[in-house]
Amino acid sequence: MSPTNRTVVVTGIGATTPLGGDSASTWEALLAGRSGVRTLEQEWAAELPVRIAAQIAVEPGEVLPRPLARKLDRSAQFALIAAREAWADAGFTAKAGEDPAVDPDRLGAVVASGIGGVTTLLDQYDVLKNQGVRKVSPHTVPMLMPNSPAANVGIDVNARAGVHTPVSACASGAEAIGYAVEMIRTGRADVVVAGGTEAAIHPLPIVAFGNMMAMSKNNDDPQGASRPYDADRNGFVLGEGAGVVVLESAEHAAARGARVYVEVVGQGISADAHHITQPEPTGRGIAAALQNLLDGTDLKPAEIVHVNAHATSTPQGDVAEIKALRNIFGDDVDHMAVSATKSMTGHLLGGAGGIETVATVLALYNRLAPPTINLDHQDPEVVADIVHGEPRPLPAGTIAALNNSFGFGGHNVVLALRTTSV
Amino acid sequence: MATKEEIVAGLADIVNEIAGIPTEDVQLDKSFTDDLDVDSLSMVEVVVAAEEQFGVKIPDDDVKNLKTVGDAVDYILKAQG
Repeated sequence: MSPTNRTVVVTGIGATTPLGGDSASTWEALLAGRSGVRTLEQEWAAELPVRIAAQIAVEPGEVLPRPLARKLDRSAQFALIAAREAWADAGFTAKAGEDPAVDPDRLGAVVASGIGGVTTLLDQYDVLKNQGVRKVSPHTVPMLMPNSPAANVGIDVNARAGVHTPVSACASGAEAIGYAVEMIRTGRADVVVAGGTEAAIHPLPIVAFGNMMAMSKNNDDPQGASRPYDADRNGFVLGEGAGVVVLESAEHAAARGARVYVEVVGQGISADAHHITQPEPTGRGIAAALQNLLDGTDLKPAEIVHVNAHATSTPQGDVAEIKALRNIFGDDVDHMAVSATKSMTGHLLGGAGGIETVATVLALYNRLAPPTINLDHQDPEVVADIVHGEPRPLPAGTIAALNNSFGFGGHNVVLALRTTSV
Repeated sequence: MATKEEIVAGLADIVNEIAGIPTEDVQLDKSFTDDLDVDSLSMVEVVVAAEEQFGVKIPDDDVKNLKTVGDAVDYILKAQG
């Protein structure tokens, strides 16, 4: 096999989400159909038009040592926790170099967020206004810069092949994983820690998204507010957290005897060039990403049995995504079990592609698609098999799944994963 | 006016808060950077906290001369007048 077309596999997963402090507890909650959305009890939330969000289940301050945590924006704290879990899950016992199984010069880190250290930026501006120049933290810049989660993860694992942060709003996490896949495929690295993180539960982002009329205002029914594909959906619910995977060339994983979860078949990328926030209503851009995926890989539509949809619970976006799947896959969509896990996690923006990749890896590995909650009356425009009520067993044999992520700006990223054993 | 012992104890609490170093390890001969895990950014935090606690001013240009805990204690003693 040529060095520019190496097979990439997933050997480690990690997450900290509104459903649990690690990937195992998150997965258990996804299968059980538990919502992570709750009423915001903070004083600042009392007068906001949106008073619900999917807040992290385990506060990072309970996990990270305090001197470390106080130098990291919340988004970097989440990323570091998820990355450390994924790193250990991949079987590494220390940072690269100290663990001889990984060469630091062949290790990369690609971790993205949609908004970066927004709470640090806003909080430190409050400090400047209220307490004066001298009290602004000297850690402000390294905390708020959007590459901070990637850089901190890179330092933690000793990644010297390259550390990157692609930013594409709600597609950022998926784009990070796609970038990492290319680093390995093209021979720049053998192992890459990749994922997405977001920590934007703060009055300004909530009010700003709310004023765009993008968010659900179902404050009286937090757990029922995120309802992708339901006829009564009225916007997304903001979530926070991170999901990270360890990607590795198949040869490198085999050489060290690593447990392989799934193969990453490849990715399809496109841009709508339509509107800065509105999805292109026919799903043209999403369809182009799906077609690019098929053209650039050996993936066969008949293999695809599961889709972790972008499905944020907005009226237009959910329909456009299904239309695009129909346009490209036709009747093959009928055998795809579609799950909208944002019904439980809320929308993690740049973190979504990270935790949804973790969920898709686990769905294939365990051959079980998580349910979509709050699907009481499926929108008649959504012509697809939406898993709901209980998890859906996936068939035996070689099966594949898609993880879709789309972002404000018209970014479309589709990741394709496939089982490696039957 | 804080005594030398009070300043050492105060700096020990500050370094513990910022870098997580046990207070008993914060001794006069210890280097902030090499021994106490206080990098140049965290040193700014130490200085600001010390200014507040001991009512002194430590200009940015002087911070680079404060290499050990003893340097900081002497500076603060002198600056208290």
